[in-house]
Amino acid sequence: MGIKNNRLSTEELVANFSDIHPPFEHAEGAILEANRCINCYDAPCTKSCPTSIDVPLFIKQISSGNIKGSARTIFSSNIMGGGCSKVCPVEKLCEGACVYNLREEEPISIAKLQRYSTGIAIHEKWKLFERKPSNGKKVAVVGAGPAGLACAHALSLQGIDVTIFEKEEKGGGLMTYGVAAYKVTPQSCKEEVDYITSIGGIDIQYKKELGKDITLAELQKKYNAVFLGIGVGVARELSIPGEDLEGVEDAISFIYNLRTNDYSKISVGDKVAVIGMGMTAIDAATQSKRLGAKEVTMIYRRTENEKPCTDVELDLAKLDGCSFIWLAAPKEIIGENGKAKKLICTKMKLGEPDASGRRAPVDTGETFTMDVDMVIKAAGQIPFEELVAKSELKNNGGKISITKSAETNLKGVFAGGDAVNGGKEVVDAVQAGKDAAKGILTYLGIK
Amino acid sequence: MANLQSSFLGIKSPNPFWLASAPPTDKKINVLRAFEAGWGGVVWKTLGSQVKNVSSRYSTLDYNGQKVMGFNNIELISDRPLEINLKEIREVVREFPDRAMIVSLMADNDRKSWHEMVKKTEDTGAHGIELNFGCPHGMVERGMGASVGQDPEIAKMVVEWVMEVAKIPVITKLTPNVHSVVPAAQAVIAGGTNGLSLINTIQSVTGIDLDTLVPNPNVGGKSVFGGYCGPAVKPIALKFLTTLSQDKIAKQVPISGIGGISTWRDAVEFMLLGSSNVQVCTSAMHYGFRIVRDMCDGLSNWMDEKGYKTIDEFVGLSVQNVTRWEELDINYHIIANIDQDKCIHCGLCYIACEDTSHQSINIERGNPYNKYTIKEEECVGCNLCKIVCPVNDCITMEEHRKAPEYLNWIEFQKRGLPLNDH
Repeated sequence: MGIKNNRLSTEELVANFSDIHPPFEHAEGAILEANRCINCYDAPCTKSCPTSIDVPLFIKQISSGNIKGSARTIFSSNIMGGGCSKVCPVEKLCEGACVYNLREEEPISIAKLQRYSTGIAIHEKWKLFERKPSNGKKVAVVGAGPAGLACAHALSLQGIDVTIFEKEEKGGGLMTYGVAAYKVTPQSCKEEVDYITSIGGIDIQYKKELGKDITLAELQKKYNAVFLGIGVGVARELSIPGEDLEGVEDAISFIYNLRTNDYSKISVGDKVAVIGMGMTAIDAATQSKRLGAKEVTMIYRRTENEKPCTDVELDLAKLDGCSFIWLAAPKEIIGENGKAKKLICTKMKLGEPDASGRRAPVDTGETFTMDVDMVIKAAGQIPFEELVAKSELKNNGGKISITKSAETNLKGVFAGGDAVNGGKEVVDAVQAGKDAAKGILTYLGIK
Repeated sequence: MANLQSSFLGIKSPNPFWLASAPPTDKKINVLRAFEAGWGGVVWKTLGSQVKNVSSRYSTLDYNGQKVMGFNNIELISDRPLEINLKEIREVVREFPDRAMIVSLMADNDRKSWHEMVKKTEDTGAHGIELNFGCPHGMVERGMGASVGQDPEIAKMVVEWVMEVAKIPVITKLTPNVHSVVPAAQAVIAGGTNGLSLINTIQSVTGIDLDTLVPNPNVGGKSVFGGYCGPAVKPIALKFLTTLSQDKIAKQVPISGIGGISTWRDAVEFMLLGSSNVQVCTSAMHYGFRIVRDMCDGLSNWMDEKGYKTIDEFVGLSVQNVTRWEELDINYHIIANIDQDKCIHCGLCYIACEDTSHQSINIERGNPYNKYTIKEEECVGCNLCKIVCPVNDCITMEEHRKAPEYLNWIEFQKRGLPLNDH
């Protein structure tokens, strides 16, 4: 049958791509769960949150019926607290640190409780923050992703007029364009961006790309400071023969297309191989399956123990019916009439630990071949090296170098998020945006 | 297998669990269901003058998601016609001859009314009478209920009237809305009562609706003080009970314990402090009559475990363990110990001790888990850390006597020993 779209009915697609996060149906459920929390002191959950949300406090506030206070507690640490409660790998952050784990008990459903308070706040459009009167300072933020939005919100709060330049048509960055749609629906992404900017003092200019429509030099001239939250760009190449065949796609553009088009228009193969085992690989594999692919096989060069995704993510792929080949690396894609037909993989074994501390995969020389009609590459993303270099920003392989106060080598130019760290969680980007805002405020002599 | 048989003033019941005089014992249909569920006896809801009830009638104290920690009511005595109550009592006694049937009474405040009530009650075949001298709302304003129980002289007089005609055992139910229940207990014993029961409800305001600003329960925009009961009052009831068990006169008559009893554990505690049986209400109103099943089963298992064959064997055993403060052993000293293998690093012990007690816990910051240890030289052995610790037996209090011999405060002062230097 090959690669084609429209594999499923509209009803099936709606069901497959609806939000997988069940809300608390009633306040009672949230309160019941909130009351399970023992309110730890110097809480491990808070310490495990990159944005340091005061988790015991916001949970206590749910329990006491102070939902507004609960939402404010969350948003004052993490303005994307709504989205983070859907995309954070909480099993290795707050919930993973919950002391209940040490008693072999289910941890508190922190993310679900966070969704509860933030969901109500966003839905009811609660005005929880009041920005200070404009102080005449202007800051340009490049990129309306989590880092840019967090930075913009923190700056606007202090009376700075912020202009965000976003190359896409919508804000939210990877939340909107790079995460599985069933985790954060397009609707919820839009509501979240609107909610964040409702504080005022933030003007988002869409379809304005750095290096094309605007230049850094121009921004430096027009604004008192600049924040670069440009994220990471292109998918890493596999550098194997056959990579240019029809049917070979990278996960980033696959998910981007899926998030910007009607699901029925997205083509997917019968036999899909996904290379990689990170969160994006999982998102690509599960969504291929949810678009109607018959077989989806995830291929990873190490074992399950070294996988970058969490157990929860892996379970998601298992439940969606994906299969897994561990200790295998793609060697060559064989085509027929220009279309991908077979994938040759090398069998690997684990060697000595590498720089990441994980045992490195070693080629055994043995190979195997599998039938495919689509190969999705999800072996990581690489930074906008050229763009960064052209702007004379000090960098490390495209990753922008910054000081402790998030400033780059260019005076008044700050950076944070994936553009600096090479690609981490949304919650890390939010913290980076907050840190940069702090640096900018100090730079501008405010506070 | 333990024998749960109870005999209170000669009134037999298959177990020591009676339903207290309250809404659950107002009608034949309820009482039959209670007996079918296994209750040993009931105290039929108070009979007396004609009353009219209002709506609503109940409100509660809830805590951290737990409903009905405390329960408040403004319901009056039975509002059903006296003749119907008497007829139904007679029918139930015939249908369940092995269960205890006590009838609660609150007649108008004159001798003739009390005489009539006692006689009518005895005609039903009921096994005993309980005098309601405790109801704190509604009837008080009419010179009945707690207003009788709060004045030992009046209480004694009414008991005397009752005893002039009573042929079946008479239990006097005491109000806790006094600084001490002992004077009333002594007075009604002097008046001839055969037994005592306590506590009745405590006057209360359970809370206020923060939208309407009207306290609960709301009766058309107004509220009144109600009678408070349920788990929250148990400690108060146990204290009053102990004062009776320790009083030379009061301890001469059997006591039926009442006040927040929800489980067999609560019941055992009441009996250890001197009550011969117990009465239950709030818990049944929360969950229904089926709760008696675990009460009997749990009590029986506990008795087997401890080797008690009958209830009488353990009634009152803890009374001697409640002493006066000045007789406590000052040389007894305990120090907290945290079992590091069990610790889940929640920090509750630390913050409680640091903020509100004696700064006796060390904190060693870690990510994400801190380590907590006891500063033994600072620990006063207050129990707070152990109380707030969510893990059983993680924090234990270990004995480190100050000196081997017993030393009380009186002797301590006599010897002029140094006071604490904290």
